[in-house]
Amino acid sequence: MKIKNPVNSPSAALLVTLWLWITPALVAAQGLDPASLLKPLSDSWPTYSGDYSGRRYSSLTQINQSSVKNLTLAWTRRLTNGPNAGGQQGAPGVPPLIIGGEGPGDIVAAGATQVKGAVVQVNGVLYVTTPDNTWALDARDGHELWHYFWKTRGGTHIGNRGVGIWGTYLFFVTPDDYLVSLDARNGTERWHKEILSFNQQYFATMAPIVIRNHVLVGSSNDLDEPGFIQSFDPETGELQWKFYAVPMNPGDPGLETWKDLDAARHGGGQPWVPGSYDPETSLYIFGTGNPSPAYTSQTRGEGDNLFTCAIVAINVDTGKMAWYYQTSPHDTHDWDSAQTPVLVDGEFNGRPRKLVLTASRNGYYFTLDRLTGEHLVTGKFSDTANWASDLNAKGQPIRNPDKDFHIAGSLVSPANQGVTNWPPPAFSPEAGLFFVPSTDTYAMYYLTETDPRGAMGLGGKEELNVATVGSYLTAIDYKTGKIAWRHKYRTLGNDARAPGLLTTAGGLLFAGDVSGNLIAFDPANGKILWHSYVGQVTNAPETYMIDGRQYILTAAGDTLYAFTLY
Amino acid sequence: MHMRNVLLSIATCVLTVAAAAQNPQAPGGARAGGGFIAYPQRPVTDPAAVARGKVLFDVNCSFCHGADARGGDDGPNLLRSELVLDDQKGESIGPVLLNGRDRGMPKFTFTADQISDIASYIHSFPVSSRTGPANIDIVVGDAKAGEAFFNAKCASCHSVNGDLKGVASKYTDPKALQQTWILPGSGGRFGGAGPARTPPPMTAIVTLPSGEKVEGKIDRMDDFVVSLTLADGTHRSFQTEGNTPAVEIRDPLEGHKNLLRAYADADIHNVTAYLVTLK
Repeated sequence: MKIKNPVNSPSAALLVTLWLWITPALVAAQGLDPASLLKPLSDSWPTYSGDYSGRRYSSLTQINQSSVKNLTLAWTRRLTNGPNAGGQQGAPGVPPLIIGGEGPGDIVAAGATQVKGAVVQVNGVLYVTTPDNTWALDARDGHELWHYFWKTRGGTHIGNRGVGIWGTYLFFVTPDDYLVSLDARNGTERWHKEILSFNQQYFATMAPIVIRNHVLVGSSNDLDEPGFIQSFDPETGELQWKFYAVPMNPGDPGLETWKDLDAARHGGGQPWVPGSYDPETSLYIFGTGNPSPAYTSQTRGEGDNLFTCAIVAINVDTGKMAWYYQTSPHDTHDWDSAQTPVLVDGEFNGRPRKLVLTASRNGYYFTLDRLTGEHLVTGKFSDTANWASDLNAKGQPIRNPDKDFHIAGSLVSPANQGVTNWPPPAFSPEAGLFFVPSTDTYAMYYLTETDPRGAMGLGGKEELNVATVGSYLTAIDYKTGKIAWRHKYRTLGNDARAPGLLTTAGGLLFAGDVSGNLIAFDPANGKILWHSYVGQVTNAPETYMIDGRQYILTAAGDTLYAFTLY
Repeated sequence: MHMRNVLLSIATCVLTVAAAAQNPQAPGGARAGGGFIAYPQRPVTDPAAVARGKVLFDVNCSFCHGADARGGDDGPNLLRSELVLDDQKGESIGPVLLNGRDRGMPKFTFTADQISDIASYIHSFPVSSRTGPANIDIVVGDAKAGEAFFNAKCASCHSVNGDLKGVASKYTDPKALQQTWILPGSGGRFGGAGPARTPPPMTAIVTLPSGEKVEGKIDRMDDFVVSLTLADGTHRSFQTEGNTPAVEIRDPLEGHKNLLRAYADADIHNVTAYLVTLK
């Protein structure tokens, strides 16, 4: 299904919805219509967060507080990276292997196969990725339909967050800087396009976000190159617009917060992680990463280094910024604010408001007005974070420069991984609570670059871990920023980072713990209702419904686990 | 950033660690995985061209851009420049050299061969977003103050004539000593190994409904199972639900962990300065 006309207003959106409603069979036969993403999340899981809101809240209720005790394993499926995993091509029952890519073919990021992103489910097919690999699986039993392998030329293979889908077109990015489009039905390649400079040491991890006729992709880079979002035409891959997270030209807004233009143009701010989308305002709302150089920040000047470590709203049709709020002015610890923001329509001070919620890697939680970016609430969701001395009048943490680093070491909480990281948070409208996996850690930060010019990228420091003192599932009241309840995981594990979250209208909150369990909690109070030991969960749980049966799906390393009721 | 503080501390480092070696550049993309280099350094195909380019660069470019091309007071860092990174053989660098730039970059009259040589030299520098560890002396604290802190906060469990006798001979690297005394077993870096020191194990006492108490070293625990090795080597594990059966966890490092909130960085530096004297 192709929608050529942008839907700019609620009335136009209504028309599209109406049109969809009268032609469901056509849509089912052909793939995913982008407008269907505007509906409440139920049977399918058609985009990174399920829907555009980032709440990871499903309206499905078959699995609920009463029935969850009977939740049991439906199937598992193990995946293996690389071109030699499938068996002999052409033999009966061996799914097709499609090979693409510009690399020599002998670079295989072997290591462990780790699913660390969303599994998109449309029309009974699951699409799952690792760096250089995309699989289509049958959602009923997980059997493989096809496997696409990308021959890489290199790049940072840290993770892939999943696919985007538009009609029958699939989109994913590669560590060596390509956007690849496949036919979702059979895995054949439509086209691939170089979207970032490999020579500048960019790489790509983000799950493309499809909004109407825009395919949005953020950049990744650990050197001092600027972060940006690009919007591509889903049909042709043609660039529609490009939004830079840092000032790139004289006179650009925010330039006064950098030492000079050269510093700004090398200032980072990578939008690594998918954002959320507000159809009423056409705003794509996302977080930006750390300023660069990350640690030896003297070459950035003393300013806030806009628009790094910020929540930013841009118009999805033009790429122009509507507002921003910086959650870490002049960050000095590589603590991205790129966590997926959560859009909530909720009561605030007695009146309904359009809100955006985010818990940042730096240990601070924020409630903002998503129409204007107005700051409403700041909370702290870490017991130990010690890098900020106070909050300023805008509710931003005030960094204590003594906690940047020291040649003899500075004891800083959190460690580099942050109090939270990319694993997505969730929101339950019934409970009125925001949920985030959080970890309290300490590390010693030693300055190792004594040249006054500092280092590039993530260099110039040695960070040695000290301790993990607590791993939690944390529920935050968005009205106050205070912790409503918190479950501390009992664990021996050190350096453990909890995976992402899912909530459902069945009164359930699903989370992986730090010891290998998938757990169902009561979102109202944190009571444990069900669990299964599957091995370390590496993505966020999801849910979908097919043939009248609701499934809970999660990944633990190289294996998918699907649970259901019988 | 309080620039003054940084500059002061940098000046101090430079003075006190005059012999500190330049940081080795880490290979590009420490997180490549699979054993390959994410962003390989460009191969040097013509060493003579690099050598010729160095002479030209030193004479004409280093005054503004630094002898290592990482920038100076008047010229930007060339190693992270998009134009330089995307340039292959001088095709992008050349026009800038010949035409100059409005932000203070003068025009030069190089030949095509000279431009190619300069490009070869600039491209011979490794470009990495990571740096390796440095050999900077981290002992900057006041040993007397460290001794006082030790006597106040540590001496209830530790003795410099007992368990810590000769500790500085055991840990000759002050950084390893410091990490180890802050928390034994700590010091792991992202993707690397820390100092070899096995921390004492956590133990648990499980009280069964019958009143029987089972004590052992914890092998694994989560919210649902506690798994122990008993003193005689046997393995026992217990399913738990909420607080039943009761599990009492004993963490021998609890005192160390509690102190993490209490330290000023100067306390840490002072204690290390004291401990390094315990040869």
